[in-house]
Amino acid sequence: MSWKINALKKSPWVFHVNTGACNNCDIEIVDLLTPRFDVERFGIKLVGSPRHADALLVTGVVTAQAAPRLREVYRQTSKPCVVFAMGACACGTGIFHKGYHVVGPVDKIIKEIDPNAIIAYVPGCPPKPEAMISGVVKALSAL
Amino acid sequence: MSNEMQIIFWILVFPGFVFTAVAGLLASWLVRKVSALVQYRVGPGVLQPFWDVRKLLAKEILIPEQANKLLFISAPLVAMASVLVLSTVLGVAAFWPGRAFVGDLIVVLYLMVLPSLALILGSSASASPHAAVGTAREIKLVISYELPLVLAIIVAIIKTHGSLSLAQTAAVVPAASISGAIACIISLLCIHAKIGYVPFDMAEAETELGSGVLMEYSGALLALWNLTSAMMLVALPMFLVVVFLGGFGNTWGGITLGIVWYVVILVLIILIKNTNPRVRIDQAMKFFWVYCGLALVVAVVLASIGSFYGISWL
Repeated sequence: MSWKINALKKSPWVFHVNTGACNNCDIEIVDLLTPRFDVERFGIKLVGSPRHADALLVTGVVTAQAAPRLREVYRQTSKPCVVFAMGACACGTGIFHKGYHVVGPVDKIIKEIDPNAIIAYVPGCPPKPEAMISGVVKALSAL
Repeated sequence: MSNEMQIIFWILVFPGFVFTAVAGLLASWLVRKVSALVQYRVGPGVLQPFWDVRKLLAKEILIPEQANKLLFISAPLVAMASVLVLSTVLGVAAFWPGRAFVGDLIVVLYLMVLPSLALILGSSASASPHAAVGTAREIKLVISYELPLVLAIIVAIIKTHGSLSLAQTAAVVPAASISGAIACIISLLCIHAKIGYVPFDMAEAETELGSGVLMEYSGALLALWNLTSAMMLVALPMFLVVVFLGGFGNTWGGITLGIVWYVVILVLIILIKNTNPRVRIDQAMKFFWVYCGLALVVAVVLASIGSFYGISWL
């Protein structure tokens, strides 16, 4: 198993999942994937299908509507994969804590279907692109 | 070395698998690196395509429940096998012209269609609506670029006075005439569409179809598709060099010239990829059938006149 996870380090392909974010983190993620930050240096590539993904960039508190979708996307991702909870909401529901529509945070929903899932947290409201790069690189080197 | 050993060496090592896969992955690195430079960024390291393939081989293979499993799994194998045979046939014709295998231009033409057909089969077997849209577009794209490609090859055949043998086409340089130059440029565009790069990537269309035809593939099967498209980056420009630009020849000078032509074609493909937005499928069809088709009809007429009256520059 370890060499399989090791293989992820050099080319993590990411898939972006929005589970009810205010779009602030999403804008920062899209910013992150522009030529200015050039994440292709680390082999990071945005893919259009969860089947190709090695990392799910999840933003937003998980709303009641989004939770089944998040579970489905996680099941569709080929393992081994890493889940990144991007931003304060995804890490711990943030200012929407105890909201009527909130069932998250992300790690709770993912662990319901896979207790051994690898989850990394990048807090911030929103985290800067530099913080996201640093978080992804740190998480991957800790694997 | 006995004859069988020689053939196995051809298929598995030199013009075949090992050479094409390594050269193809390096070429796909070049594509990504030059694209990065065009966008003023640093880009990935040389080994990045190798890391990608290694990672994909380690991942889980997911097969959709409603997919036709046999087709879904065998399609990438068929695609890869046909590119492998294509590059072997072309490589043997290019580097050992005297010992050329009986295969000729018609075989090469069929082998070049097979990866696209396998892609159509594989994606339509995957039971995904995104892949279905991608399949429809891929079929229309194949119909679009096959006509000009065949016409361009007819120009090359006229230039060799009716010979279909790859060794003989490699011996003449059709691109050194007006009709041959038109055919060479247009078949460069057809090859661009065959590889599936940006102005003609509507079948994959990452922005609206996810990744279209490859949507449901994962793990080692996706690695096979990656390898196939990397190997096409070697085999298809090599086809252009062999058919239109005089091949690689036996001498060191000829081989160097052939490699220079190969790199020029690759860089042209990369620059076209980076400077054009995606066209719609009807625009692609109109472009290939009307503009390229008409230009090639003119080229065929010119080549026939040139061949009839013995004017080599026409």
